[in-house]
Amino acid sequence: MNITLTLNGEQVSADVLPRTHLVDFLREQMGLTGSHLGCEHGVCGACTIRLDGAIVRGCLVLAVQADGGVVETIEGVSDSGEIADLQANFIARNALQCGFCTPGMLIAAQDLLRHGGVPSREEIREHLSGNYCRCTGYQAIVDAVETTAKQREAAR
Amino acid sequence: MKASAFDYVCAHSLEEAFGLMRRHGGEAKLLAGGQSLLPALNLRLSAPGILIDISRIEGLRGVAVSPAGLRIGALTRHVDLLESAEIRAHAPLIAQAMAHVAHPAIRSRGTIGGSLANADPAAELPACMLALQARMVVRSAAGERVIAARDFFTGLFETALAEDEILTEIQIDPQHPGDICGFQELARRSGDYAIVGLAAHGRQQGGVVSVLRLGFFSVGTRATLAEAAGACLVGAAISPETIAAAEAALAQDLEPHDDLQATAATRLSLARVLLRRVVGGMTQKVAA
Repeated sequence: MNITLTLNGEQVSADVLPRTHLVDFLREQMGLTGSHLGCEHGVCGACTIRLDGAIVRGCLVLAVQADGGVVETIEGVSDSGEIADLQANFIARNALQCGFCTPGMLIAAQDLLRHGGVPSREEIREHLSGNYCRCTGYQAIVDAVETTAKQREAAR
Repeated sequence: MKASAFDYVCAHSLEEAFGLMRRHGGEAKLLAGGQSLLPALNLRLSAPGILIDISRIEGLRGVAVSPAGLRIGALTRHVDLLESAEIRAHAPLIAQAMAHVAHPAIRSRGTIGGSLANADPAAELPACMLALQARMVVRSAAGERVIAARDFFTGLFETALAEDEILTEIQIDPQHPGDICGFQELARRSGDYAIVGLAAHGRQQGGVVSVLRLGFFSVGTRATLAEAAGACLVGAAISPETIAAAEAALAQDLEPHDDLQATAATRLSLARVLLRRVVGGMTQKVAA
C-alpha cells in the first residue's frame, strides 16, 4: 500500500506492507535507526516516537495508519535543537549508559516538559513509567529531566 | 516478533465497515486504537486475514453531557477521557481509573470502545462499566441495540457483540447527590496490568450506604461484580464489622486464578485489602 506522511518536516511517500509497523518502516525503509525495538509489544518504550504531536509506541502503530500523519523521530527532534538542552543534561547527569532506551526516554521526557512548569520528581517518574532503562536505575534520568524543567522555567 | 501477513482496509463510515465485515466475516478484525490488537498480532496470538481500520470513522469520538447522562463515543481515546472536564465532573470513577491505564504513549492511541470490546479481564474499564451500570450501544447493518454492562462481558476476551456488530457508544446515568466512588489497583509497575484491581461506585445518604457496586478486575476470567460483598455494606453505617463481613463474602463472589504474578489465594487476599482501602476511603470522604 502506498502511504504519504510528513517525516521530520519532509513529505515522504513509500510502499509498505500492511503488517509493517511504524518503527520497522522508519528503520528499514527510511534509514532512521534512532527509534529502537526492544520488546515489540508495547512494554519497553524504546520505540517511542511522536505521531500527530502525541507520543506513541512505534511498534503498536502500523505504518499504514500513519498515512497522512506527521511523524517525528529522535533524529528530527535532535536536528531541530528542540531537545538540545535535555540531551546536554542527560550527558551531564550520566543519565544513560548503553543508550538503548535513550531515544525513547528523551521523547517521552520532552512530552512532559512541553507542558511547561516544573513537574515533581514523582510526576516525572510517572510520565516515564512506560520506558524501561536497565542501566541507570532511573535516578540520573529523573535528575536530568528535572534540571531541564527548572532551566526552561528560569529562562521563560 | 513480527506480525504475520494480513490485508488492511480503512473504513470511512459505519456503513462501509458493515459491508466489509459482511464480506470478510471471521477473517476480519476491527482495528480502533490497536493498543491491544497490535501486541497480539506482533506476538502472533492473533492472525486475522484482514484488518478493518475503523479509527477514522467520523462522529464516534468525544464526550457529550445531557440530562440523560454521559455519552462517550467508542473511539474516544484514553487521553481524552483522562483530560476531560466532563468525565471528571460526571464520571469521576473513570477519571480515577484512567490514570492507571497503561502509559501516556499508549493512552494517546487506545480507545474506550476498543478496550471494552477486547474484554481483557485485567483491564480497568470493564470493571468501571459494571460499577457504573453503563449501557453499551452497538450497531450493525440491521440497526441498533443497547446492552447492559453486566450482560456485555461474557467471558475471557468475550463479549455479547455479534460478528456483524460494532460498539459505537457508552452511556452512563447522571450523577446523583451522595454518589461516591473509589478506585485502586495493585501492579508491579505503574501502568502495568493489575495483579488485582477494584472500581467501586455507590451512593451514601445520611451516613448510610444505599447502593454499592464493587467491580473487581484481574481476578478470574472477566471483570466481576462482587454482589455478596456489596450486600454486606448496604443499608448500614460502614464499620470495621461490616467491612470484615464483606471481606469474608468475597470468597463467594470471586473466582481468582493463578498466574505468574500471583496465586489465587494471594489474589483473594489482595482483593480483600483493596476492598478495605477503597470502601474505607470512599465512605470517609463523604463523612468528612
